[in-house]
Amino acid sequence: MPAHQFILNGQPVSVESPSDLPLLWVLRDVLGVTGPKYGCGVGVCGACTSHLDGEAFRPCLHPVGEVAGHEVKTIEGLADAAGLHPVQQAWIAEDVAQCGFCQPGQIMAAVALLRRNPQPSDADIDAAMSDNVCRCGTYVRIRSAIHRAALLLRSAAGPQRR
Amino acid sequence: MADLLPEDAAPPSGFDRRKFLTWLVASPTLMVAARCGLDLPSAQAAEPTTDPAALEETPLNLYVAVRTDGRVVATLPRTEMGQGITTAVTMLVAEELDTGLDAVDVCTADADPRWLIQLTGLSSTMRYLAGPLRAAAAEARARLVTAAAHRWRVLALTLTTTQGEVRAPDGRRLGYGELAEDAAHVLLPEVSPLPKSPGEYTVVGQPTGRVDARDIVTGAVRFTLDLDIPGAMPTVVARPPTLRGTVLSFNASTARAMPGVVGVVQLSSGVAVAARTFAQAFAARDALQVTWAPGPASHLSDADIRTRLRDAIGPRPLPPLLTTRVVEGRFDFPYLAHAPMETQSCVARVTGDVAEVWSGVQDPKFARNQVAAALGWALTPQRVTVHPIRAGGGFGRRFFTEAAVEAALISRSLGQPVKLMWSRNDEMRHGHYRPASHHRILASLGPGGSILGWQHRAAIPTVEFPHGFGDLLTSLAGQVLPEVTSALFFTLTQHVPYQFGWVAQELAEVPLPIPTASFRSVFTSQVGVANEIFVDQLARELQRDPVELRRSRLTSRRLKAVLDRVVLEGAWGRTLPPGVAQGVAVLEEWDSAIAHLVEVDVTSGTPRVLRVIIAADVGLPINPKGVEAQLQGAAMDAMSTTLSAGLHIDAGAVREGSFADYRWLRMKHAPASIQVHLVRSDNRVGGVGELGYPSAAAALANAIARATGTMPTRFPILDEGA
Repeated sequence: MPAHQFILNGQPVSVESPSDLPLLWVLRDVLGVTGPKYGCGVGVCGACTSHLDGEAFRPCLHPVGEVAGHEVKTIEGLADAAGLHPVQQAWIAEDVAQCGFCQPGQIMAAVALLRRNPQPSDADIDAAMSDNVCRCGTYVRIRSAIHRAALLLRSAAGPQRR
Repeated sequence: MADLLPEDAAPPSGFDRRKFLTWLVASPTLMVAARCGLDLPSAQAAEPTTDPAALEETPLNLYVAVRTDGRVVATLPRTEMGQGITTAVTMLVAEELDTGLDAVDVCTADADPRWLIQLTGLSSTMRYLAGPLRAAAAEARARLVTAAAHRWRVLALTLTTTQGEVRAPDGRRLGYGELAEDAAHVLLPEVSPLPKSPGEYTVVGQPTGRVDARDIVTGAVRFTLDLDIPGAMPTVVARPPTLRGTVLSFNASTARAMPGVVGVVQLSSGVAVAARTFAQAFAARDALQVTWAPGPASHLSDADIRTRLRDAIGPRPLPPLLTTRVVEGRFDFPYLAHAPMETQSCVARVTGDVAEVWSGVQDPKFARNQVAAALGWALTPQRVTVHPIRAGGGFGRRFFTEAAVEAALISRSLGQPVKLMWSRNDEMRHGHYRPASHHRILASLGPGGSILGWQHRAAIPTVEFPHGFGDLLTSLAGQVLPEVTSALFFTLTQHVPYQFGWVAQELAEVPLPIPTASFRSVFTSQVGVANEIFVDQLARELQRDPVELRRSRLTSRRLKAVLDRVVLEGAWGRTLPPGVAQGVAVLEEWDSAIAHLVEVDVTSGTPRVLRVIIAADVGLPINPKGVEAQLQGAAMDAMSTTLSAGLHIDAGAVREGSFADYRWLRMKHAPASIQVHLVRSDNRVGGVGELGYPSAAAALANAIARATGTMPTRFPILDEGA
């Protein structure tokens, strides 16, 4: 079986597996990285949303062969030595989560949105976040948290966070 | 000995109740037990004992324990599914013990018949447990204070507690951990063991963020399939196209030869494939060749079901005397899937004559009995250990435990642990559903616009309550006499809160072979919604303002108060642009009262909810933030099912397969705001989980009726077929 090398949450990893194995299952079943969740397996719920080279993507739709040589970040890699990412801080401050199952995907989608658009309007948030289902109905608090995170990111001194 | 207790607050697998109790015995510290029940019980301290069996037999208790390191552990016979009970319990215990929220760990109890009720539902967790929890924690505090008084040889009444310490006026202080062992030997507390009065609260009632928020946002929380149970094989099941279809024959030779495949097992519900990864299990599942026998509902499609329901309504009853006019309303509601984000899942390990399952179940005792029966151990269910795991949403779906039964059977067949996951298609197409229904409401009007009668007849397929209300008796009744349990539940929960003369509400049960279950607010999600929509229709008939009509007829002071509050906060009757309108509705249930005011814009043709204003009287709101979250979420549920989410049945099969066609609302449909205002009439603890659904749905329908001039009667409104 081919070995696929990529960067996962800042660490190089090498996985021997068929090239067409969806990355979600490589993460969860092979590497034990369980932050990205299975919600549909066909890219319509967003529960597995993670980052590929800094952009939001769906590991359930991408075979591991595609990510070789790229950088994958899951919710587990979002906080760094300096602490929680401003989006995570905002999520706590707005008390967004209920069951929490969709929230890793929601947070990763929000981080990607704020990288592209540091000051999103409600309409921008609606456009960017509508591919992530939250069955508990936390949407109004997600929206508030994204605005709060935008403020935190703007006021944050120091290097640009990702 | 403390190392028997893991560091983690709610570890999934390492935490064993038996070990915990053994640890308490081996190192006797303070453990306070209170009876769980409806009444505030007298808390009693467990005597330190060297006999583990004695503790094992402590009946039906709710435990608050203080460890020698000062941490407080509350054992909760309920499942966290996102409703925030872990946080609320932490707050109650921290309040009575005067300790920090971060010093309290909440553990979920395994299935255990000594708990009277372990069912998480009926909006009951806080209603049933707040009293016993407060009593147990207050008792623990009294014993800690008494222990300190003995140690220092001072009057207990002179001592205070704060931040997990007992303090003396002279400045001496002792941490609870240092006192825990002594406190266990206190026979008679020398300060009041009674809980605080609500006026003394500094934690309870304060808006408090979830205690598990950090674990959630870092991806650290563990759901069932995130557990690391050694050797557990990813497993999926090929299921029939129709509901409750069965396997006629299958050929697994291709599937068995595929990479990673560990085994293939036939079940009554399908054919299971276990593999090294879920991807491989799915691939092998798709390679199975299965011939299916159609399920018992394969002669039924939507139109047949609607006809059966309409036919069950029966002839009109005679109206009351003096009736001059009868106004009729007819309503149709669809089947609904609960569609929790986390699909049904279970990790099971069956070895020899014992089984262990990990799953996000809403009734662990029912799960235990179901798994035991499936394994042929109906008379010895104690062979099955059920660890309830935090669930990714429940909404009533997780009363049913097919995943646990399947996982146990597969594990036994393969001789190794399995990690069973339902696909999203499985979840949508093989669920237990909120049944469809048809309603006829007859309002009898008399001279001068008087309202003389209100007859509501609801035709609803029998709702399955095999779990009963969580106790043995009603569970048995629910399994043997499902129609009786269903009718009883209807009678207990369905009320009309208005002076409408002769009021009658009847359930016509229609037995259909389509699996059903409770859904958030159960019958009220249809009966209560239809009532509140038809109250608005009555107002139109009588040319009265819907708020004014309600105010004049409501029988509940609490309902009038919450209605007044949304009228005020939402500026009822304010001038709005054409195509924009407001709607209101109210509900009193689960010891709570609620009113919704919804503003909707129909100018684009597709209704868009602009804002929602909610006023709720839940008595004492233990965590106002938790209440707010529940009510906001229920409002999104109500909007989703009123507007766009509903199931279709085609020849015994569910058409919808995922969130692509089961159109639960997304961010772009969410209103700009969902305000929650709390009204507190007294300090009873009311239920919250289901409260926020029915009047949200009705207020939205009423707003649409006022904006378009047409009362919605078939749901979801945006379904062309409806």
